[in-house]
Amino acid sequence: MGALKPYIERMTSDARSYAAARRGWLFAHRFWLIRRISQLAVLGIFLTGPWLGIWIARGNFASSEIVGVLPLADPFIFLQSLAAWHKPIALAVIGVAFISAFYFLVGGRAYCSWVCPVNVVTDTAYWLREKLGLTRDRKLDKRTRIWVMVAALLASALSGTIAWEFVNPVSLLQRGLIFGMGAGWGVIAAVFMLDLFVTRRGWCSHLCPVGAFYGLIGSKSVVRVSAINRSACTDCGACFKACPEPHVITPALKGAGTHLILSGDCTNCAACIDSCYIDVFQYGNRFAAKHDPSRFLIEPHGVPASQRRETAA
Amino acid sequence: MKDGRTGDGSGESALRNGDRDKTQERPAARTPARASSNRVSRRDFIGNVAKSAGVACLAAVALDQYIRTARATDAKALRPPGAIKEEEFLAACVRCGLCVRACPYDTLKLATMGEETALGTPYFVARDVPCFMCDDVPCAKACPTGALDREIPNIRHADMGIAVLVDHETCLNYKGMHCSICYRVCPIRDEAITLEKQTIRGRQMIIPTVHSSKCTGCGTCEKQCVLEEAAIRVLPRPLGQGKAGRNHAGRPVTGHGTLKRDL
Ligand code: SF4
Ligand code: SF4
Ligand code: SF4
Ligand code: SF4
Ligand code: SF4
Repeated sequence: MGALKPYIERMTSDARSYAAARRGWLFAHRFWLIRRISQLAVLGIFLTGPWLGIWIARGNFASSEIVGVLPLADPFIFLQSLAAWHKPIALAVIGVAFISAFYFLVGGRAYCSWVCPVNVVTDTAYWLREKLGLTRDRKLDKRTRIWVMVAALLASALSGTIAWEFVNPVSLLQRGLIFGMGAGWGVIAAVFMLDLFVTRRGWCSHLCPVGAFYGLIGSKSVVRVSAINRSACTDCGACFKACPEPHVITPALKGAGTHLILSGDCTNCAACIDSCYIDVFQYGNRFAAKHDPSRFLIEPHGVPASQRRETAA
Repeated sequence: MKDGRTGDGSGESALRNGDRDKTQERPAARTPARASSNRVSRRDFIGNVAKSAGVACLAAVALDQYIRTARATDAKALRPPGAIKEEEFLAACVRCGLCVRACPYDTLKLATMGEETALGTPYFVARDVPCFMCDDVPCAKACPTGALDREIPNIRHADMGIAVLVDHETCLNYKGMHCSICYRVCPIRDEAITLEKQTIRGRQMIIPTVHSSKCTGCGTCEKQCVLEEAAIRVLPRPLGQGKAGRNHAGRPVTGHGTLKRDL
């Protein structure tokens, strides 16, 4: 382990290195690790069937059947199907209701950070971009994705098909991993290179209409990250660097109003929680009580006394 | 491509405005210039919305056009049994692969990039693995969207396509031999396919003859044809079947030529 330490330090992203140096690598990556495990596990339950003959989930993220009964279906695809004038069957409606209810609970774009496999691709591109010192960043409006979403629905109505599925990299990757990729890697490579060379977090934070759709659900969802302990913030900037949608943090952390991050753009990925060395952030919920500083014994500009320890900074 | 560039442009200008708001408005908020800067940004905002809406429409049309060209290739793909009409199929099928998983013979697959049908939709290649005509049609029963008809009573109602003896010059029976493999392997032989005695160039031959109202398009005949390239092939109905018109009195002309699903 000791010999590996310099390499691990070099691999750690700038955003997390501050917390990693003070609280340990595991602390700075705890939710990141669980997220990656979650993303793998979701794919995994679809793969135990074809690989091992143990059927947990059949189908793929677009629509599935869990343990032979529970139907689940993707609401954005469902909407496009409606726009294309397909009359849905009851099973599809039930499946969509389950999934929508789930994301209303856990946060819309929790899909992005805890389920979507493209997130691994774009996070990796972002990490590599930083490590290679690539700074080129062709500006895109963050709202572009909303218009791509509108365009997908319009095109569905125009063509009478589920339009976005003809190009959707999210479906391409998840379906490819479960059923076989074929030549689909090219599209995923294109998304990776867009994020690496062209625009900082170009795909997920600017263009993807699936994320935009889950963002709409997220703007009303229950589980929200909260900057509960914001009075302790030392302005180190780690959370802003780690967050894929840094604009969502500002109002909660620096504003005078609610400490909850309410923007639907927030992916509930907990990068802010991981990267903050003094525990400013935590998961909370929309209905949480007001900021209660007395619960946290924080020295205004330092590490909480209970957690202070000797670390090589 | 063209509208993609337009998209970039408007996105960029919108963000530049956004940036200006963010970086300059905070100090400006305390100066009297605030009202006018607000009006400007509101005008910008409306302009941006109009521009974005325009770009969205353009993108929608571009995507629609792309889909139309992509769909031109669909005509050749064989869909799973119970599939609704191709035009409606693409509005219904979410490309989940539950039908693929339900098939005990691994007949079906989901199209990957560059394969002969719409990305991710289920199809099969009869010459590789034909449909084995499970009586209870488990694939159709597994479909969660109505893209396959779950209510299909049994596999005889399936209409995956129709077998067509496409090449008279290589088919062994047309050479006067008694191959007849296609006939013998058909799960519903004597109904879907029969051997008809014909005299061609003065020689007696038995010609495999497909009957369109019975053939399900399972593809067993195509799979088993002994030639290197099958002389009998399953085609989707619109490709494989003619249709008689109406006579001058407007009555349908008798004979074959009715799509099976219209029967
Ligand atoms: S924005 Fe799109 S591609 Fe990115 S993680 Fe979310 S759903 Fe996946
Ligand atoms: S009928 Fe049976 S063999 Fe044919 S595609 Fe369906 S499940 Fe497969
Ligand atoms: S089960 Fe139905 S919706 Fe799913 S891939 Fe097959 S035809 Fe399409
Ligand atoms: S496709 Fe061939 S084997 Fe299948 S029902 Fe038709 S004639 Fe028979
Ligand atoms: S199996 Fe092929 S060669 Fe033999 S009779 Fe049928 S179509 Fe002709």
